[in-house]
Amino acid sequence: MLISIVMTLVIAATPILLAGLGELIAEKSGVLNLGVEGMMLVGAVAGFIATTLTGVTPLGYVVAALAGLAASLLFAALTLTLGANQVATGLALTIFGTGLSSLAGAGFVGTTITRLEPFFPAALATHPLGRLVFGYDVIVYLTIGLTLAAAHFLNHTRSGLILRGVGESDASAHAIGYPVTAIRYGAVAFGGAMAGLAGAYYSLAVTPMWADRITAGRGWIALALVVFSAWRPWRLLLGAYIFGAVMTLELYSKAAGFALLPPEMLAMLPYLATVAALAVIALRPSRGRLDAPRCLGKTFQAGA
Amino acid sequence: MPFRLEPRKTPSHAALYGGPVAAILLTMLTGAAIFAAMGFHGGAAVFQIFVQPLLEPERWPDIAVKASPLVMIATGLAIGFRANVWNIGAEGQYIVGAIAGTGVGLAFHETDGWWVLPLMLAAGVLGGAVWAAIPALLRIRLKVSEILTSLMLTYVAVQLLYYLVRGPWRDPEGFNFPQTRMFTEAETVPNLLEGTQLHWGAPLTLICVIVAWFVMSRMLAGYQVRVVGLAPAAARLAGFSENRTVLVTMLVGGALAGLAGIIECSATFGQLTPQFPLNYGFTAIIVAFLGRLHPIGVLIGGLVLAASFIGADIAQTASGLPQAATGLIQALMLFFLLAVDILVNNRMRFITPLARAS
Repeated sequence: MLISIVMTLVIAATPILLAGLGELIAEKSGVLNLGVEGMMLVGAVAGFIATTLTGVTPLGYVVAALAGLAASLLFAALTLTLGANQVATGLALTIFGTGLSSLAGAGFVGTTITRLEPFFPAALATHPLGRLVFGYDVIVYLTIGLTLAAAHFLNHTRSGLILRGVGESDASAHAIGYPVTAIRYGAVAFGGAMAGLAGAYYSLAVTPMWADRITAGRGWIALALVVFSAWRPWRLLLGAYIFGAVMTLELYSKAAGFALLPPEMLAMLPYLATVAALAVIALRPSRGRLDAPRCLGKTFQAGA
Repeated sequence: MPFRLEPRKTPSHAALYGGPVAAILLTMLTGAAIFAAMGFHGGAAVFQIFVQPLLEPERWPDIAVKASPLVMIATGLAIGFRANVWNIGAEGQYIVGAIAGTGVGLAFHETDGWWVLPLMLAAGVLGGAVWAAIPALLRIRLKVSEILTSLMLTYVAVQLLYYLVRGPWRDPEGFNFPQTRMFTEAETVPNLLEGTQLHWGAPLTLICVIVAWFVMSRMLAGYQVRVVGLAPAAARLAGFSENRTVLVTMLVGGALAGLAGIIECSATFGQLTPQFPLNYGFTAIIVAFLGRLHPIGVLIGGLVLAASFIGADIAQTASGLPQAATGLIQALMLFFLLAVDILVNNRMRFITPLARAS
């Protein structure tokens, strides 16, 4: 029982970690993309349709990442090339992704597909504790690996330093000669691909069938997670697992007919926890908003 | 083709007024292409969405009914957006407004005094404002981004609504359906035009728009809001309090969303049901931007979007277009508007190879 609870927790944490990681990189470059939920839904539906049509689940994930990337380029073109307001454009992207996914997925509601097999050979997962470590599909390990890679990239590589520089002071980075807009395009595109993968994790792994608005607002949780993490990949990992735990608690107590709280109150928990976490983080002395990249959400126009 | 954006010295009037029109035309073209690609008759569907509702006078009251909550919410949001206050949780404030107003209605179910409805509306205003006060206070006291907190509280509000209609507020004579008892006549916003759905919410919305316009463009308070948004440093020097601006604009946004919520609940639904949240709070964000954050613009933007909602209903029956198409069309409209908006303050200069060489 405990083993399966922990495994549910890991699966709940994986997509919000993936989407959060993409957003973290984008925000580090100074771009606030509120379209995470929309990009996730675009990825979820594209991945699901590709998997249904070809029967090849890994291909579904690839298509999902590409679809998320394409959606993020739409955002990038408007905000980075045309200088549109990032908040408004991000919201538009979410509304767009929601509409597009339910339109494209309308013919697939209720269709089921097969999940990815666990990544490690079954022999490793015979013992319950072995299953706890080796019993997941490749996306779970990929997500953790990417988080560690992102931590290394941001803190220990020259490119990571440049990315952070662009987010902290776009004008200085531009003056030194770095292509601010191109770097931000790259960061936003990475965010889009990760969001696409995250969305596909809902439609291909968490509930391997199509349902309208399958991501159920988790994209917003991913956004909150980035703030919660104070823009640090390690803390993002920790935060995702804490949130995964809260969501799992909700799920299991519902299944167990646990009557301490009405189900609606439990469903509120992840969202209340986010608000509480944001407030607690801000209470730390001399921190809080200071951790945010200085140029976050601001429009930059070279030569303007 | 490579191009460069050059800032204009004065905003272009052609782009300012022509922009929204161009955005709508581009949306129609793109929408037709998308629908055609999906196997619908694209041109007909777009005509049904954008033009058909305007050709049928019997649908005009429906447009006004649909536009009222959108315009009322967007008017409040636009004031906040002007001050760089990003309340995107209007949907939650709208729901809590309906909950608070319904609570008053249920409490005074036995009485039918004239004061019940005004009290319900006041409760709606208060409920919306309280729900908006949470992110406002978190931003002022702790510098927590109101974007995320206001949004998270929307999901909380939805669950609160579900809890109340399934649990304590469920109609005892409602055959176990998750809904409250129907509002009495004393609890219903009166009808305005016999034989239509038009109710007093529409003129009330107009009053809100006019008041907002007057405050924003003719009074010092409106000026302060605009300065805080455009030039925070100048606002500080002038002694305008940013915190007070954040609090007041959030409360106004929440209050108007709450009022829209209880009016919609009382006039259109007649009871509180789980189907009440229709994402008007999110659509109102598009309305605010379509209207360029100006009260009169918001009124026009709200009417355009409401007409497209009614049009989508027509297209659903006539062309079999799914309901989700509405969201797609609305998002496209906002995308195009944001894109053409750039031309208000910038000039697009194409870079020829010769110019690049020089």
